Amino acid sequence: MHYVDLPLRAWTNQFFDDYFIPRFGAFFEALGRPIESLLTFLEWMLSTVPAEVLAAVLVIVAWRLRGIGLALFTLIGLLYIGSVDLWAEAMRTLSIVLVAALFSLLIGIPLGILSAKSEMASRIVRPILDFMQTLPSFVYLIPTILLFGIGGVAATIATFVFATPPVVRLTDLGIRQVPRDLVEAAEAFGSTRWQMLSKVELPMARPSIMAGVNQTIMLALSMAVIAAMIGAEGLGKIVISGISRVDVGLGLTGGLGIVVLAIILDRLTESLAREGKSNVNTE
Amino acid sequence: MAKVEVRHVSKIFGDRPEVALKMMQDGADKETIFRETGMTVGVYDANFTIEEGEIFVIMGLSGSGKSTLLRLINRLIEPTFGEVIIDGRDIVRMKPRELREVRRKKLGMVFQHFALFPRRTVLDNVAYGLEIRGVPQKERAQKALEAIHMVGLAGYESSYPGELSGGMQQRVGLARALAGDVDILLMDEAFSALDPLIRGEMQEELLNLQAQMKKTIVFITHDLDEALKLGDRIAIMKDGRIVQIGTPQTIVSQPADTYVAQFVEKVDRSKVLLARDVMKRPDVVAQWKDGPRMAIRKMEEAGISSIFVVDRGHLKGLLTIERAIPATKRGAFQEEDLEQDFPRTSPETPLTELMEIAAETRYPIAVVEGEKLLGIIVRVLILSALLGQQGEVAPSDRSRHDHEGAGGMSAEPSAALDAVDGGASEGGAPHALR
Repeated sequence: MHYVDLPLRAWTNQFFDDYFIPRFGAFFEALGRPIESLLTFLEWMLSTVPAEVLAAVLVIVAWRLRGIGLALFTLIGLLYIGSVDLWAEAMRTLSIVLVAALFSLLIGIPLGILSAKSEMASRIVRPILDFMQTLPSFVYLIPTILLFGIGGVAATIATFVFATPPVVRLTDLGIRQVPRDLVEAAEAFGSTRWQMLSKVELPMARPSIMAGVNQTIMLALSMAVIAAMIGAEGLGKIVISGISRVDVGLGLTGGLGIVVLAIILDRLTESLAREGKSNVNTE
Repeated sequence: MAKVEVRHVSKIFGDRPEVALKMMQDGADKETIFRETGMTVGVYDANFTIEEGEIFVIMGLSGSGKSTLLRLINRLIEPTFGEVIIDGRDIVRMKPRELREVRRKKLGMVFQHFALFPRRTVLDNVAYGLEIRGVPQKERAQKALEAIHMVGLAGYESSYPGELSGGMQQRVGLARALAGDVDILLMDEAFSALDPLIRGEMQEELLNLQAQMKKTIVFITHDLDEALKLGDRIAIMKDGRIVQIGTPQTIVSQPADTYVAQFVEKVDRSKVLLARDVMKRPDVVAQWKDGPRMAIRKMEEAGISSIFVVDRGHLKGLLTIERAIPATKRGAFQEEDLEQDFPRTSPETPLTELMEIAAETRYPIAVVEGEKLLGIIVRVLILSALLGQQGEVAPSDRSRHDHEGAGGMSAEPSAALDAVDGGASEGGAPHALR
């Protein structure tokens, strides 16, 4: 089948080395800086606050939002992380997840609104999302390293790319699903576009958007191990070194730590999606 | 005063509306146009004026374009052609900002499926219109509470719509439209989703409210009974066209075409028609100054056994033939010659009540306004009105009815005579028959 020689590899490398990096390298570096400081700040906070205090806060939040079951689970899970001496790693992983998810939401929710409102935007956004979701994450790890260097920033960016699509899609869906007659009613009473969005569409779409937030956070967490390959500190790194040393025990302790974080984050954000009146008339 | 004027308004869904409009003008129907061009005619050449304080009902079956027409009035749907003039200003040409102002200050809307905001309390739903206008919290809560009281929902301010029954939800919908202190209410099948009992209640309620508020109401319905009950005037739509506009009585008694006639056929006429619709004009009356002899002659000519006596249009009483004969000896009327024991009624009395009155009396019913004799109702007129004789009148026959003015409802003579041979004569009431 080798009829035509397609030097895509050479082209791509040439493009990056001779054009993209010299031209936009500085821009991306600048882009990375606020992410870096945010990341450092969050890491510092999470590691400075005594583990007991943080654990107590999480247990109480879990109890208030979901009840005694999740509170118990949170307590036991966090005790486990402490017992296998992975607290510091867990906090690092958590900061990358939170920073990446924050950017995903900051960019994803407005993008979702835009694509719900404009067919044009939707037609542009959709294929990009498909691309982001299907392209193996290892592939964009390489340019990410090139642009941001090895470390937390590159890991955050890679996580961001992987985790953004669900919140965009679910925001779009949520807004499109607002009943037609509610939009009509808001319009008939003379709402501006902003009022329509803020007083009718977003409140109505909230469950869907919150489901997107939940999915985004979960995906961000699932990137922890891959992110570790490009220099993210944390639980992922433990798993990676478990692999490289063929240390089953090490892999399991790190892996279980990720699972604990995943379950706590999932249940907490899920309950945000469910919050609100249960007796909502869905018609 | 004209509150809303709809002038030559058409709505065509499609990319070459002029083509569809031209086809419509050339008499093509909706389906043909759709088949040939793929365009849908929503509304074609709607023309009407709604007076201030009037309930204007737009009636039609589903797909007739009635809901589209309503949305053209507040431009939720953009008219393709024509003008919609509200308080003298054409809203079709307004910029978004001006249009928003008109919607906020003049137009309230009530929806078939309520369209309440499920995450807002009743109070916040009702206050929505005020909220987006930037009315301060305190003032809007107070105004919203007033509206909630008005629709009889006091005490439910902090409930959520999902906790209320359908009827109550629509009261919230009504309150939301009223809270903004708008002049015009657009009601889109507002009661259609409610069960019949509640629907009837809401209709009464609306009429009561309207008696106090005097809003201008445009009410959409597919239910003719509802249209007849609520409407001061009714527009009937079919396939995007308005086929007839008129008072409930005109619609029932003089349907413009067979389509309307078919609708009207099933109507309970006794609830719609009023005394003024069934009475016949008092052509045969005796004048007080002419005396009994003249009265007897008129009775003979008309073949009746009693006659109303009037004095310059004022009703003096009823003269029966038995009393008239002794009176001739004196040559002039005296008060005691006249019978006063006959039923009088106002022209607004519904037919249902007239039926009861007619069953109890042997005399004709006098339709009076003050002392003035407006018309006469005999049993046979009620019967023929109920049978809907006039419903069979073809449009070409309408001119003749128009001559008869208020008496346009009177049955055709032959039908009346037929009916007399049956049940009506035994009650001793044939006197007024000519």
